[in-house]
Amino acid sequence: MSMRLRLWVLAAGVLGTATLFVLACAELPGFGGTWHPYGDRAVHAALARHTANTIASVNFDQRALDTLGEESILFGSVLGTLVLLRQTRDERRLPPEPARVAPPVRRYALIALPVTLLIGLYVVAHGQLSPGGGFQGGVVVATSLHLLYIAIDYRALERIRPVGLYEVADAAGEAGYLLIGAAALLTGAAFLTNFLPYGTFNTLSSGGTVPLLNAAIGVEVAAGIVVLLARFLDQAVEIVSGRDEAEDET
Amino acid sequence: MAENVPVLIGLVLVAVAGTGAVLVRDPVRQSFVLSLLGLALAALFLLLQAPDVALSQLAVGSALTPLMVLLSVRKVRRKARSERREEHE
Amino acid sequence: MSVLPYLCAGWLFLIGCYGLATSRNLIHAVGCLAVCQSATYVLLLAVGYRHGGTAPVFSDIAPGSRPVVDPVVQALTLTDIVIGATVTALLLSLVIQIAKRHRTVDPDELSELRG
Repeated sequence: MSMRLRLWVLAAGVLGTATLFVLACAELPGFGGTWHPYGDRAVHAALARHTANTIASVNFDQRALDTLGEESILFGSVLGTLVLLRQTRDERRLPPEPARVAPPVRRYALIALPVTLLIGLYVVAHGQLSPGGGFQGGVVVATSLHLLYIAIDYRALERIRPVGLYEVADAAGEAGYLLIGAAALLTGAAFLTNFLPYGTFNTLSSGGTVPLLNAAIGVEVAAGIVVLLARFLDQAVEIVSGRDEAEDET
Repeated sequence: MAENVPVLIGLVLVAVAGTGAVLVRDPVRQSFVLSLLGLALAALFLLLQAPDVALSQLAVGSALTPLMVLLSVRKVRRKARSERREEHE
Repeated sequence: MSVLPYLCAGWLFLIGCYGLATSRNLIHAVGCLAVCQSATYVLLLAVGYRHGGTAPVFSDIAPGSRPVVDPVVQALTLTDIVIGATVTALLLSLVIQIAKRHRTVDPDELSELRG
């Protein structure tokens, strides 16, 4: 298709979609209105189950099955990336040279690393109480480890990051979620029912299975993102094809 | 109406950053605009009373996605550079 | 004001589509897809907003004391963002594979190769 024809098709599609979308917007309940039937019911259910953070309750209790689906998409994408970015037979690893880092950068990155890691773990652990949870905290934990790459160099990062272990942790997170869901079956309830005692409202152990599922997601997201970044960094820093390598040496 | 002004500013910022991210054709520059878009979205989500979502957007949109884009560009460019050198020989 | 956030979401989606259709670099196209995706976040959260509402987190406010915004759409958006990042990673790794196989990331050159 020529560029000209493509632009005409695009213009037709964009105009059509825009017209339908604007017409649909006029029928939507106005921005900031007071009519939120699902929201009100979700808040009511979350409070009945002693979960202070309603969003965690929706994700890990009321819509736990949907989250299982979403988690599986995450797991599948990580798996796909692992397969696509593996080292092929015609590629070789070129160990990166130790890099010189300016002392202030090293100092601040080394101070920031444990602080960030702690914040990430806090965010995961308090998911059922305050804004945060496994999804957000997992990302923070995973990125905090990569401060070591900024502070020292790539080899230091590789030493604290045995990718194999993180791959296992990723699978363990996914399996943990399924097992906690299946444990509900043993009590005679449906899959992923919140079967544990709800606990005292606004304490760390409140919410029944919510903190457990939250932790499982935290492990999976953190491990998954470490593995993803490891594969991308390997490709960008270490792995070269035979031809590239010959070029680098000349 | 006055209470809506911050949300309005947030929406305009998001729309401008999004447009910029599309119109900047160089992937390296685009990754910086994407990270700006991530920041603008996180601010907008805070104003819309969604701290959970803002946190997630801040970590993913302004750090993770641009980083992966940059790493991919580096890999692809390295490849292209050695190809070009080969053609010259 | 009452439809403006929805229109902003629509704009983000359409401009992202425009970028996808006219992109000459697959990595740039993946970035445009991320813009398209951010439209869904804006739309979902705009639907759930309530004037004068606060975040639906009851660790520091008494339940029932204040109106809260819709938590269901926030939960949807939250997972959407993290899943979106991993799907972006999958797409970028596909682009790297294409660059390895065909030595180009220009979609037009790629279709010429096929034809």
